[in-house]
Amino acid sequence: MIHEHWFEPAPRAPENEPDAPGLRIVRRSFLSALNLSLIGLAVGWFEQAEAADAKAPAASAAAAPGLQPNVFIHVAPSGEVTLVCHRSEMGQGIRSSLPFLFADELGADMARVRVVQGDGDKAYGDQNTDGSSSIRNRYEELRRIAATARSMLVAAAAQHWGVAPSSCTAKRNQVIHTPSGRTLSFGELAIAASKLPAPALAEVEPRPDSELEHIGRALPLLDAQAYVTGRATFGADVRIDGMLTAVIARPPVVGGRVARFDAQAALAVPGVRHVIEMPVPEAPYKFQPWGGVAVVADHTWAALRGRKALNVAWSDGDNAVYESERYAEQLTELIRAPGKALRNLGDTEAALGKAARRVEAEYYVPHLPHAPMEPPVAVARCDGDHCEVWAPTQNPQAARTEAARALGWPEEKVTVHVTFLGGAFGRKSKADFVSEAVFLAQKTRAPVRVQWTREDDLQHDYYNTVSKQQLVAGLDAAGKVVAWRHRTAFPPIATVFGPNHEPGAGDLQQGILDFGISVPNVRAEAAGIDAHVRIGWLRSVYNIFHAFAENSFVDEIAQARGADMRDVLLELYGPARQIRSLEQLGVSELRNYGAALEKHPVDMGRLRQVVERVTEASGWNQRKANGRALGLAAHRSFLSYTAVVASVVHDAQGVLRVDEAWITIDAGKVMNLDRVRSQMEGSLIFGMSLALYGAITMKGGVVQQSNFHDLKLVRIGAAPRQIHVSVIESDAPPGGVGEPGLPPVAPAIANAVFALTGQRVRELPISRTLRV
Amino acid sequence: MSIHITINGKAQQLDVDPEMPLLWLLRDVLGLTGTKYGCGQALCGACTVHLDGQVIRSCCTPARRADGRSLTTIEGLSPDGSHPLQRAWVEQAVPQCGYCQAGQIMTAAALLARRPKPSDAEIDQSLAGNLCRCGTYTRIRAAIRKAAGIDP
Repeated sequence: MIHEHWFEPAPRAPENEPDAPGLRIVRRSFLSALNLSLIGLAVGWFEQAEAADAKAPAASAAAAPGLQPNVFIHVAPSGEVTLVCHRSEMGQGIRSSLPFLFADELGADMARVRVVQGDGDKAYGDQNTDGSSSIRNRYEELRRIAATARSMLVAAAAQHWGVAPSSCTAKRNQVIHTPSGRTLSFGELAIAASKLPAPALAEVEPRPDSELEHIGRALPLLDAQAYVTGRATFGADVRIDGMLTAVIARPPVVGGRVARFDAQAALAVPGVRHVIEMPVPEAPYKFQPWGGVAVVADHTWAALRGRKALNVAWSDGDNAVYESERYAEQLTELIRAPGKALRNLGDTEAALGKAARRVEAEYYVPHLPHAPMEPPVAVARCDGDHCEVWAPTQNPQAARTEAARALGWPEEKVTVHVTFLGGAFGRKSKADFVSEAVFLAQKTRAPVRVQWTREDDLQHDYYNTVSKQQLVAGLDAAGKVVAWRHRTAFPPIATVFGPNHEPGAGDLQQGILDFGISVPNVRAEAAGIDAHVRIGWLRSVYNIFHAFAENSFVDEIAQARGADMRDVLLELYGPARQIRSLEQLGVSELRNYGAALEKHPVDMGRLRQVVERVTEASGWNQRKANGRALGLAAHRSFLSYTAVVASVVHDAQGVLRVDEAWITIDAGKVMNLDRVRSQMEGSLIFGMSLALYGAITMKGGVVQQSNFHDLKLVRIGAAPRQIHVSVIESDAPPGGVGEPGLPPVAPAIANAVFALTGQRVRELPISRTLRV
Repeated sequence: MSIHITINGKAQQLDVDPEMPLLWLLRDVLGLTGTKYGCGQALCGACTVHLDGQVIRSCCTPARRADGRSLTTIEGLSPDGSHPLQRAWVEQAVPQCGYCQAGQIMTAAALLARRPKPSDAEIDQSLAGNLCRCGTYTRIRAAIRKAAGIDP
């Protein structure tokens, strides 16, 4: 099969023969790489369709011959099938999953498929690759998009033979007339099919699942060869003739300004071409560039040396007051007073007052960084009245909007090409780094790559928020939980967008409002506080700390009762049932990750099942034996249900280690079994990093961590010997996969640590209190 | 000053600042972008290459140190991407985002050249300098064992 890596290799520089792949960009090279004059991508530039399915592209003399019923699919007379991946590849494998989904529905032979990455364009519908949404939000629609092309190929063949379309099937790049065995290839049919009217999405019928060959299986990773040979083009790898490289000295305190700097010293560094002061952002900061001073040079090394020579003095501004320890005290004050009630069932205060016994605990989770292995980077070139951007962006449409804003141009004059993303985890859905590149390209009249260093990345991130929570449970004489009160306090993401600092239902939906426990009195309260850094979303977002507190607290209740945590958890969940009403949850709204409760209820049966499955697989009944102890946690997020059991031991040096882990997910119908497994493995490691080590702390408004020596991440030696993944076979509509693995990891580890050591973890990371 | 380095088997004469780290020489001067920047402090291993067969972190190694020596990058590990580790990596579908994988493979290749059948502890020790934020470690181990012909 042919698989594009976006950019065709440019002619190799003679001195680099034969080894250098020398990936360079020539203008519009991706179009020539397509070997089609203009398909989906190009159509998108000029059409302002509301959604991908809005209409087929207008017939254009420039369009490549063949069938192109929408912006995603093209079937050439040669039989080559071009499929557009409009979502960003950041490790979840969407560039494999999506083509297989289209091909399966279409009946295309993967050996004849070419995959092309879509630019940022509204013609594709939503391209914002976050919220674990690529498959779950549009599975049916994506099937229909491919079914449209299939139905046209079938109709063309049926017309040719004078038979009923229903007597034909599409398979392996051909249409077969089943009764006679006659066949016509997709290539032979492409032109005839292109002359037929494209049916509306609602009119086409996806295939019965029994005909599917790929969906739901462990599918090959189409980009694997590109990754292992170093030929996959990430944002940092884009090369354009005449490209300069910029690094920027940014204010160490959010909202800080440049007081003075030594431009001459920087310009004296060989290779430095420009020193440019960046625009000063105004609150609310949103996704504006961060300000500071840029050093633009012939190569990265010169830019880095130039930046060092700048010797910038800063005026810090109001956020210099930010001290993590003091802030934690403020959050604690907030949760010790009633907050704004966002969930209320029964009369929790009265029930707590009458309870035979109360259990109470408080939990703290610090700011967390994204730290993708590829720090933010973007390339921009502004020629006359057009600007082209190449960036590892999760959200190419927003990047286009932000780039146009930075230029003061209409969006039509900006093209955003999406490269491979070297990790993202939410960081690369913010387009600040794209705007920086665009601004500098316009200023210097040269193509510019803005390269963030690791220090820049850790110190100028949009951090996951910092939180404190208080949980109180009232138990009856038998130990059953009859009242549950959850208070959570944190500066929400809304603080980046405006003055509002109150967490709302849209924030508490993540693990609190949808926590469908079978308790008659449930109350949830939230309190907010001003932020002094930019708050953003990190993989699973608020679920990280809500799941940590809830699952830790259930373990505390079990301890107080002298009961098994699994039994208490299942008792709390109550009988298997699907909650479809807000009243049953005691809430006035539930965003439910953008899905209708009717289609995606809060399903306590599925939550029970993942707990039962993971405890069975891990040998939960032997939960403390042979020097090791198991801990359990489970959580619903992004419409999926996940449970984790972690095994914790002391190693020879007395250091706590996670030596084995089990993770079970029910994500409904899955698209690509192997990528679901790899996401679970990855979530386990990601969750270990934040549970054991990862924290961003502030002093004087400045981030205290700067690189991987003080922002510790899990290394291979700390990874469990085995991660056992099980994926529940389910006919439920698809849920998310990229994020739901993460929330139960930290509490499962914390609960195992308690089982092993008797030390309760109420504060992350565990390294604050124990040797890990 | 001219520096002479044999890069992926080809002798090259380069007129560059001898203090420029090899990483930027490879990426910005020679366009060999398979070697990645991740930290600039030899803490993450994304920039791993071989200097006379030894693993080095190119982000912290000045170009002058490679003068008269031989450098191998991921682009030169095998002529056609068929090094046993590359094959095993594809079979095990190791990569997620893929960014750190060239560095992981280069480190593993040096390990296998030295120890054709490494123990689990040797694998962990050898790869300790290579971070993977996506968390592919269990598959990395499996792929190295596979390439080394060690039963799983």
